[in-house]
Amino acid sequence: MFVLTVNGKARSVDTEADTPLLWVLRDEFDLTGTKFGCGIAQCGACTVHVDGIAVRSCSMPIEAVAGKSVTTIEGLSKNASHPVQQAWLIEDVPQCGYCQSGQIMAAAALLKKIPNPADADIDRIMNNICRCGTYPRIKKAIHRAAGIMAKGVKA
Amino acid sequence: MNAAISKEGLSRRQAISAVLSAGGGLAVGVILPTDALAATQPASGQPKPMGARIQSPEGSPEELSAWLVIDPDSSVTVRIPHNELGQGTATALAMIVAEELHCDWSKVKCEYASATRNLRDKGVYRSMTTVGSQGVRTSWEFLQQAGASARGRLVEAAARRWKCDVSECSCEAGVITHMATKRKVSFGQVCKDAVSVKLDKEPKIKSPDQFRLVGKPTPRLDTPAKIDGSAKFGIDARVPGMVYAAVIACPVPGGKVKSIDDSALQGRPGIIKVVRMDGAVAVAADKFWRAKTAADDLKIEWDVGASGKVQQADLDKTYRDELHGKMVSARNDGDAAKALANPGDAKLIEALYEAPYQAHAPMEPLNSTVWIQPDRVDVWTSTQSPPAVLATAAEVSGISPDKVFVHVNFIGGGFGRRSNPDETRQAVQIAKEIGRPVKLVWTREQDMMHDRFRPQAAALFKASLRPDGKAEAFDVKLAVPSLMRSLGRDPVTSGLEGSATECIAGTAYKFPNLSVGLNLHNTHVPVSFCRGVGSSQNGFFIESFVDEMAHAAGQDPYKFRRAHLDRADWIGVLDMLAEKIGWGTPIEAGRGRGLAIMECYGSVTGQAAEVTVSAAGKVKVDRMVVVMDCYHAANPNTIHQQMEGGALFGLTQTLFGQITIKDGAVQQTNFHNYRPVRMAETPVIETYLHLTGGPKWGGIGEPGVGPTPPAICNAVFAATGKRVRRLPLASVDLTKI
Repeated sequence: MFVLTVNGKARSVDTEADTPLLWVLRDEFDLTGTKFGCGIAQCGACTVHVDGIAVRSCSMPIEAVAGKSVTTIEGLSKNASHPVQQAWLIEDVPQCGYCQSGQIMAAAALLKKIPNPADADIDRIMNNICRCGTYPRIKKAIHRAAGIMAKGVKA
Repeated sequence: MNAAISKEGLSRRQAISAVLSAGGGLAVGVILPTDALAATQPASGQPKPMGARIQSPEGSPEELSAWLVIDPDSSVTVRIPHNELGQGTATALAMIVAEELHCDWSKVKCEYASATRNLRDKGVYRSMTTVGSQGVRTSWEFLQQAGASARGRLVEAAARRWKCDVSECSCEAGVITHMATKRKVSFGQVCKDAVSVKLDKEPKIKSPDQFRLVGKPTPRLDTPAKIDGSAKFGIDARVPGMVYAAVIACPVPGGKVKSIDDSALQGRPGIIKVVRMDGAVAVAADKFWRAKTAADDLKIEWDVGASGKVQQADLDKTYRDELHGKMVSARNDGDAAKALANPGDAKLIEALYEAPYQAHAPMEPLNSTVWIQPDRVDVWTSTQSPPAVLATAAEVSGISPDKVFVHVNFIGGGFGRRSNPDETRQAVQIAKEIGRPVKLVWTREQDMMHDRFRPQAAALFKASLRPDGKAEAFDVKLAVPSLMRSLGRDPVTSGLEGSATECIAGTAYKFPNLSVGLNLHNTHVPVSFCRGVGSSQNGFFIESFVDEMAHAAGQDPYKFRRAHLDRADWIGVLDMLAEKIGWGTPIEAGRGRGLAIMECYGSVTGQAAEVTVSAAGKVKVDRMVVVMDCYHAANPNTIHQQMEGGALFGLTQTLFGQITIKDGAVQQTNFHNYRPVRMAETPVIETYLHLTGGPKWGGIGEPGVGPTPPAICNAVFAATGKRVRRLPLASVDLTKI
């Protein structure tokens, strides 16, 4: 039995210790906003925050998350009010949308670390894969989100 | 938890509440037949204009037509016959209906049309496949008509209420006004009456110059659901009593299972069954992770036959050899053979081009959830062809096609891979064998290795160029697998397949002697439609070689192309491309500009690239300009997205993308060795629309892919003097050619 906090609530799961956090979130907790893309921490579709840090949940065994606090896309904000989500809406970023939960979680973590990132910071840190090619709009949206946050909207 | 519920004897609504109450502390989302919408809307928060919901196959008494439902609150639901894979089709098609309906756009919602209803109502939704960039370009006219017709009936209903003539009424933003008395009714107030109104004749639809919504950049209806995790994709389906399955297919395509040793699975918790299929083995378990790890631990012996000895070098040689095999003529203007044999003072050039297999690799791996009941089959899957899913599920389950229900959710990319439901065929087999609903998920490794690939191909070009700088003859021979033969859909006895010669046989270049020959040759490697289809390799071939022709003729590549064109759309795109990229302006050493133009799925698309090539031969694409003429734009917002996305899909194929074969099997397994471009490789992309109007509308989903490789490789030539004739660039040593 593993106990962890997910989106502010205590949750427990009885499963093999090597079960990736991704499958616990999706199949046990029905938090399907976090996506399976590659299973080897390459694509980032499964990105969530563990104690505030962006991690790839497909490669994070549940035993490593026990006692920690996990935030998924569903818990990032109420009513999609996080500056990154607002910026995503304004720039109309998603195409198929499948990778976007991971992109948004990665962008939110990036802005926490670097509130006003340069293009080079975004190029270096945002290495999630999008096959639709939303990168140009993601870049714009991250700059816009930085602007929203600078005006004092809490991330 | 779900397994405790017996599905028999429960109505569908009972099943929902039963599962919800049985969910205990867990938040259980349920997607059920005809109620697929239920799980797509969040319990709280703003309702979203587009969840991935599907209409009831029975239709509904309140619907105005098969296309439209208007609710008493004047909200409008448009039924979308095509699937939303990211290309923006749902928003664009809804805009076209709303343009004529004169409704309040902020009250427009979408749902998918039902493939089952389409079957029962004799094709009421016409084409329900989402391939060939066809969404807008094949349906704008009848969707405009559907909107106009609905508005006519709503206004007629209001006029009857007021006992006046329809000519006395106006209609804007979902409100009908009796102009003389200023009396008003909303769509919601007359929608019930309008259901029984029949018009004497169909209203005339607008001409493009009358559009007010269509043509304006419009936010996508699906974005709100895609930024908070609430959008449901095929892989998110959950049905009562559902278990999970993982599959391992024979590494060599076409191979069979010889034996299975599942002793490693003894005593493991949750394992339900090992299911042997024709060329694959599945494990069903109570949790996906258990199914996946168990499948990995199976020891399977395969019968791979002669295909197991095939190497990539053999395939390369095969397609090069087939260039000298029997050609079928796909186009023959003048006499290219004669002109090439007797060049006189013309200059002869010849070049061999090759392109590798490419993977589709959509972000959502293939998956299918299947529930077989005695009188029906339900399938939840991300598909580009609900009718193909329906037919496959009927065939494998033995249940009549009109009792098959396909529930389409949002689709995590398709690029053509999802037009052939291999995953549903397996899922139905597994569900049948284990006797309960199952969700089959392919791992990325399965998805990559068992794709049906963009074909490998080779092209041999010859041309003669006159001293005046014009082309005299152009001859190309193509060797490429047939998609239709590979898919088993058509033996292609003519030896001609449109996609195989796409954007070469139909080129707009005026070469006086022009010959296109095709030799279709299939191997054991499965191939299929991939974004851009033939244009994705042929674009590279022809637009690179035309560049070679220009240089051989001593001409500027832009001016050479222009001098061989007489179509206003092509010339307009080319001119704008040259202007926007700054063609002919000075550029630093080690950098270069290249351009390419082609026609694909009814649109003319040009791209220009600026690249930097390092001394070590590494290519960085700095900037790209895209110019498109799709004649009319439904939603410029999504056209810009598709042009950016098309260029980046093409950039992956240019820089890194290739699938190779070793011992008959695909060597690439995941994103570390089939590497898509990331943010850091993404150039600045500028998109411009150059719309010339006229009777036809062009596609937008695919035309943006093909011009990218040649635009970049032509820029590499400009920067280095080195001609790239084989992709991807990652496997070309630019310091050595």
